[in-house]
Amino acid sequence: MKKKVLLMGKSGSGKTSMRSIIFANYIARDTTRLGATIDVEHSHVRFLGNLVLNLWDCGGQESFMNQYFTQQRDNIFRNVEVLIYVFDVESQEMERDVHYYQSCLEALLQNSPEAKIFCLVHKMDLLAEEQRENIFKERAGDLIRLSMPGSVTCFRTSIWDETLYKAWSSIVTMLIPNVAALENSLTHFANVIDADEVLLFEKATFLVISHCRSKKNRDSHRFEKVSNIIKQFKLSCSKLGAKFQSMEVRNNAFAAFIDTFTSNTYVLVVMSDPTLPSEATLVNIRNARKFFEELENPNNIAMNHHNHKYH
Amino acid sequence: MSYEDEDYPVDSFPKDFGYGAYDQDGLELEPNASSNSETKPRILLMGLRRSGKSSIQKVVFHKMSPNETLFLESTSKIVKDDINNSSFVQFQIWDFPGQIDFIEPTFDSDMIFGGCGALVFVIDAKDDYNEALTKFKNTVIKAYKVNPRIKFEVFIHKVDGISDDSKMESQRDIHQRSSDDLSEAGLDQIHLSFHLTSIYDHSIFEAFSKVVQKLIPQLPTLENLLNIFIPNSGIEKAFLFDVVSKIYIATDSSPVDMQAYELCCDMIDMVIDLSSIYSSEETAFDSGSSSLIKLNNNTILYMREVNKFLALVCILREENFNRQGVIDYNFICFRDAISEVFELRLKRQKQLENAEQDEDELGEDQGITIGRLNHENDTAVVSRAAKMT
Repeated sequence: MKKKVLLMGKSGSGKTSMRSIIFANYIARDTTRLGATIDVEHSHVRFLGNLVLNLWDCGGQESFMNQYFTQQRDNIFRNVEVLIYVFDVESQEMERDVHYYQSCLEALLQNSPEAKIFCLVHKMDLLAEEQRENIFKERAGDLIRLSMPGSVTCFRTSIWDETLYKAWSSIVTMLIPNVAALENSLTHFANVIDADEVLLFEKATFLVISHCRSKKNRDSHRFEKVSNIIKQFKLSCSKLGAKFQSMEVRNNAFAAFIDTFTSNTYVLVVMSDPTLPSEATLVNIRNARKFFEELENPNNIAMNHHNHKYH
Repeated sequence: MSYEDEDYPVDSFPKDFGYGAYDQDGLELEPNASSNSETKPRILLMGLRRSGKSSIQKVVFHKMSPNETLFLESTSKIVKDDINNSSFVQFQIWDFPGQIDFIEPTFDSDMIFGGCGALVFVIDAKDDYNEALTKFKNTVIKAYKVNPRIKFEVFIHKVDGISDDSKMESQRDIHQRSSDDLSEAGLDQIHLSFHLTSIYDHSIFEAFSKVVQKLIPQLPTLENLLNIFIPNSGIEKAFLFDVVSKIYIATDSSPVDMQAYELCCDMIDMVIDLSSIYSSEETAFDSGSSSLIKLNNNTILYMREVNKFLALVCILREENFNRQGVIDYNFICFRDAISEVFELRLKRQKQLENAEQDEDELGEDQGITIGRLNHENDTAVVSRAAKMT
């Protein structure tokens, strides 16, 4: 199942940087080496077995932009599932940004009226910490008003912290067809093994695609933080030409297990009973693999009798 | 199992699992007023304005990411930071604004240089370093007069993005000129060490590790213990880490592979970050802390808590981990031995303090005592360590 995703925004707003970090394992610092995107760069990202993101990274220089709205209009805006529009929060020419954004909306309305629209207010790290919340609220309010009558979801992002993972996780989760079934099964799995929290990560990007929790955690941003932490560690391993297969981290209060799960996912299981031997949890994870593998495979969605499979 | 002083709170890490707030009161303290300060290596960080000291401090001790240091404001007055809450190592950081002079009464050089083990002087490699070298010469001369046992370390800093050739060139140049300066002043006997550092990679941690290791009188014993622990447990390489700063205070005698060290650093980061999320920041590193990572190249990373400040990170082949029981047993022997080493030091310290011996004598005496007593520990471990066959 191919889903076309348009990534647009003014030149230098950070589209290619964020794409490289999420999908191509760049570390934030290395993105300074990226040059300007010429015309449109296409990339296919396999995201879970059956879902392929067809990412159109559209260079944002004026001449390209004008072409997108004229000669290439049909080509670009047809069959779009998602538009991600990136705004540089420190942009000096908001009016021009808004003009292009509205042209995009108009073109979408004609060619792909069903497309979902996301706005990323990017480079938030350039603002002082205490201003970020207010400025973002203001911008998001403006954008929602400008997008009327369509609806839009706004995120604040920066490549230097976990906000980028939050935005992309949310966007990608909306594209997964059987996300509800996945979440149900995950909850059931967590109950059976008595876990505090279970997270499902996409293998390549480490975006959280599904989660469930039974215990309240004080940190509401933890999913994207965990994504970020693990992805960083994965990159450290790759410097040595290695990949990690599994991890266990524990102290007196908790034990966390990260393990390869299905062919496209990693799973994180958090237990708060440290007396339980690690092997017990690992066996449970191993046993659940087969079921989730089936769930992921679209030809074989066995939703009704899944409750009996992994006891 | 603790070697920290009783009158020092030992239960938990401070709020941010970093080093506490700036302790300005520390200025009034005599360097050896509390035995606590004496049991830890003390390091002084000096350098010109904008040489990168604050950034080093933030990155190494407060876990700031290197890119964020760009926004640090220049330190405007003489600032003394004491960071000694949760680390095995005690650091003091002194900023030298240009006009500060040693003649100035606020600068009590006896107090400052008297109690410290090493002086780290930071020089910005990307800047014109003439002024820095002058300042360095004056500082060395003054410090040497007060405390001839002090170790002088030069960090040639901000070398990221500089080619290897020009790195070596500036190191050679700085080395040459500072040695010339010192011999002009008739101080040929002073030994200077040079390190090329950057906050954007692990070189700053590596450099600090080397500096700190020179200041630990127990180092040979710790290395010895590791050398006994490792082959008996089928481990290839092990680092004893100061958890907060990720400085390694000892490793076994096999050569250090920088990449392996970096991976171990990143492992500690990962473990602490994850633990802060799922327990709490204050208790992220506790007596139950451990971690096990399997890599796809048949390698295992295994981390265990040693004491409140220290963790052991081991690298081993996957097949050798089959006998985890043996490794864990040997680890416990190793951990006990380490705490004995530090307890002895503390005991000896207290005796000496009670006897009110003068400072010079105190230093040398300890070295000998620890050396002798440690041999007993070594044999204890040998006899107790289980062997993998």
